[in-house]
Amino acid sequence: MIGVDELVRRFAELNSVELARWIENRWVMPESEGERWVFHEVDVARVELILDIRREFAVDDEAMSLVLRLLDQVYSLRRQMRRLCDALEQQPPEVRDAIRRALPTARRDSA
Amino acid sequence: MAVETPYEVLGVKPNASADEIRKAYRKLAKEFHPDLNPGKPAAEARFKAVSAAHELLSDPEKRARYDRGEIDESGAERPRYSYRPHAEGAQGWKYRPEGEADIGDLDDLFAMFGRGGGAAGARGGSRGGGRSGEGFSMPGPDRHYSLTIDFVRAATGGKERLGLSPSEWLDVTIPPGIEEGQILRLKGKGGPGFGSAPPGDALIEIHIAPHPFFRREGEDIHVELPVSLAEAVLGARVPVPTVTGPVTMTIPKGSDTGAQLRLRGKGIHRRRQGKEVTGDQYVTLKVVIGASDDPELAKFLEDWAEKHPTDPRHAMGQGTAQGAAA
Repeated sequence: MIGVDELVRRFAELNSVELARWIENRWVMPESEGERWVFHEVDVARVELILDIRREFAVDDEAMSLVLRLLDQVYSLRRQMRRLCDALEQQPPEVRDAIRRALPTARRDSA
Repeated sequence: MAVETPYEVLGVKPNASADEIRKAYRKLAKEFHPDLNPGKPAAEARFKAVSAAHELLSDPEKRARYDRGEIDESGAERPRYSYRPHAEGAQGWKYRPEGEADIGDLDDLFAMFGRGGGAAGARGGSRGGGRSGEGFSMPGPDRHYSLTIDFVRAATGGKERLGLSPSEWLDVTIPPGIEEGQILRLKGKGGPGFGSAPPGDALIEIHIAPHPFFRREGEDIHVELPVSLAEAVLGARVPVPTVTGPVTMTIPKGSDTGAQLRLRGKGIHRRRQGKEVTGDQYVTLKVVIGASDDPELAKFLEDWAEKHPTDPRHAMGQGTAQGAAA
């Protein structure tokens, strides 16, 4: 867990004004501890992700909101899928087999 | 405090040009050069720091990598915080898109399941949403937060502010005696609902920071209280901190380290399962000699020990008394 100062010092590309804007936009959601913000590992990783996207793809603020929203949806779907798979994993073998048989095989010509 | 950045070492801005960096380096290198500061280790250390900072920043490749957070001040690789394992791990829930189903709810997938992609909202109906002729309504998503509060606030309760963004706050009432990991639900403080449906709730997970001297067991507070040799032997009235402020306590004459005194009703006062409960504070004494190299005390103890031979280790068995006399 680190604070704003440490985070800004860590990434020379990042300044505290834009970090405040990111928090305002809910791109990054640090925990508040009284009057100060505390960034967990997931938040630091997210800051790094935003910096990477901005640098590599020259993405501006407006496009960044869209990119993050889409990314969050993808990760959300992956988490949901993971939970569904975990639930399937716990079923008896005959149920798993039945589901496996019922899954349509992906075929190139099916589209 | 945090390590100085190479920019801070050279006293330049992070967007300084190569020329500015070179000038700053030359100036500082002259100032702190070991030959000009013989016998001054501080200057030598500074000179090394300045040289290291210049070495990093004068190389455009290294400087760019440092700026991107790929290497640290010493030029060593930093561990990359890849986002994906975080996003898919337990912490990733925090960044789920608004409107996504709650944790513990596979609403989205169940809505697809069994209806062949038909109308959604059958489950939503139980939460007050659902579909109607006029359009779609769905309750707003719950939002999850975590809030760290200090030990005393957790014990006595009170108001805390939870910052949602630099300009948005939630006022949270902490009930007395709240416990680590407890979740407070603020109704209607989550994400907005769709259509005519109500907003979601804010769910706040409470964490309690440890206290330097208080410890909690249920409703009771434990504290170790240092007392002087004189206070222990002669007895005294001393102030003792409690979660509701200091109180005065009598140390009985002839107390010893480990003695436990109880301050009745000075623990946590709270409602539990509909009943008012009040804990106590337990104070464990710890004798601190302090002036152990005091010649007057040593002189007194020499005479005293001769007349009062004792072995505090007698319960530990044979052979331990030897050391006491030496």
